[in-house]
Amino acid sequence: MTYRKLILRNIGRKKTRMLLTIGSFSVAMFLFGLLTAIQNAFYQGVEMAGADRLIVRHKTSMVMPLPYAYKEKIGRIPGIAAVQAACWFGGVYQEQKNFFPQFAFETEEFRRLYPEYLMPNEQWKAYAEDLQGCLAGSKLMKRFGWKLGDKIALRGTIYPGNWEFNIRGVFENTKQEDDTGAMFLHYKYLDESRPIKGLVAWFVVKVEKPENALAVAKAIDAEFSGASFRTLTETEQAFQTDFVKRLGNIKLILMIIGGVVFLTLLLVTGSTMAMAIRERTGEIGVMKTLGFSDRLVLALLLSESMAFALIGGGLGLVLIKLFTLGGDPTGGMLRSFHLSSLDMAFGVVITLATGIGSGIVPALGAMRLNIVDALRRV
Amino acid sequence: MVRIDGGQSNNALIQVRNVEKLYHRGSETIRVLDGLNLDIEQGEFVAFMGPSGSGKTTLLNLLGGIDLPSSGSITVAGDEITHMSGPLLADWRARHVGFVFQLFNLIPVLTAFENIELPLLLTKLSAKERRQHVETALALVALTDRMDHYPRQLSGGQEQRVAIARAIVTDPTFLLCDEPTGDLDRASGNEIMDLLEELSSGHAKTILMVTHDPAAAKRAHTVLHLDKGVLVEAGQGGRQ
Repeated sequence: MTYRKLILRNIGRKKTRMLLTIGSFSVAMFLFGLLTAIQNAFYQGVEMAGADRLIVRHKTSMVMPLPYAYKEKIGRIPGIAAVQAACWFGGVYQEQKNFFPQFAFETEEFRRLYPEYLMPNEQWKAYAEDLQGCLAGSKLMKRFGWKLGDKIALRGTIYPGNWEFNIRGVFENTKQEDDTGAMFLHYKYLDESRPIKGLVAWFVVKVEKPENALAVAKAIDAEFSGASFRTLTETEQAFQTDFVKRLGNIKLILMIIGGVVFLTLLLVTGSTMAMAIRERTGEIGVMKTLGFSDRLVLALLLSESMAFALIGGGLGLVLIKLFTLGGDPTGGMLRSFHLSSLDMAFGVVITLATGIGSGIVPALGAMRLNIVDALRRV
Repeated sequence: MVRIDGGQSNNALIQVRNVEKLYHRGSETIRVLDGLNLDIEQGEFVAFMGPSGSGKTTLLNLLGGIDLPSSGSITVAGDEITHMSGPLLADWRARHVGFVFQLFNLIPVLTAFENIELPLLLTKLSAKERRQHVETALALVALTDRMDHYPRQLSGGQEQRVAIARAIVTDPTFLLCDEPTGDLDRASGNEIMDLLEELSSGHAKTILMVTHDPAAAKRAHTVLHLDKGVLVEAGQGGRQ
């Protein structure tokens, strides 16, 4: 026999209670994983944001356009390596529920601005040469069963009419969990086909040195401070954070839900452990009589609660990881729905902490238990 | 040899000197043991008798190092245990004392083999050595064929034999038995007493036993009577 066997025998002595306790940990860790994956999906844009990229938009609102003519003026400001116009397209594929983001970008500097998007050179070349061409992320291709070379049609919501595109390239991302559920099309195609021309939703600017990003942003806004279309320039990260914040303080909401769940788990498992240890008061007295020290008793009992936590929590984490591998469960709202290795490791830490937290009070009580008193309770 | 007069005994394995044990209940002080002296030599089989509340179990607890006296000293095999700290005392118990309880006190989720092996986890023995020790103890209590049974699958007498095997598996300096036949029928009780006799006479184990049963007490070398915390009489058991 070993201590490990002793611990396992003790946690398995009441099967129903064991299953319910393990189930509590599993559900809690599944929920933790789910909340983390949702948070990741919301903040993925922020995490992906390039440190050397700035977004120039209309100062009043994101929905108000800027003149394309600003591009040349922005390009002349010192410290800027590249600048490119971009628009939100907002098309619908077949049905409203088939939501996915579509961005119209200029082609010339795209790969320089977004090196994280990976695709074969020949696909990029085919896209660049075809004005009706588009680039689709690998997740998007999989989602709709598209193949390279397919012709797809989107119904425009911002720009009315039916828009046809040829899939010329499929992009991946340098980080596997990053978003590949979007589509890129030519800004030129959009601009030539719409009634009002020469407007952009935002400019993407690449700065020569990331450490100069704020100074460059200030210079851009100063350039247009007296113009009728004033600009607001911010880092891509700030832009993305601002975008998420418009939906509410997602992080705080998720933290509150998660906190309540874990507090409840702590109380439930803590009371279960207290009950389990109280029932064994006599046995603990016998073990101490045999020579088990107070510290050893504490370690064994804490190991029991940690074993409950690890089995249950581990199960919950494995299940949620498998769930996230299935991709976005909402069909487009949470495109970067994933759990990273770091999230999983954090989950294990939380599991262990909860295991210790739920067992520490009754285990300390058992450690301090007087042998004579304990034996009287046999 | 057993002495209760506090006189010097050079060969005593256990020396109890002026031991008092007081309990406080509210403003009331209860004197359970009152200036007790006792010397017991190696290989003795001593039975403690006396009415309920006379301090028999308290004395056993003090001798086993699971309780501390209010005053006085207890020395076992040269170690004064009354001043030992908790971890030291736990280690001392593991090495020197084998306990046998009235209600057997086996761990219900462990088999007979595992219950007996439990105190050996505290030693540095290898798994193979532990197995050998357990098998020897099981053979001594004639329960080799029940080693994989759980306590609930054993009779009371068999449970107590497993408890005795657990008490002797570490080869302790002495055994403390608190009413070892108290929860058994006459036949099973006799089997247990036969076993204790065998450990005393065949293996020279020092055994200190609390009992209410005169028949069980007769098996001891010496019978001591406790009354109101004082050893009042020392008599010969039936096995002298």
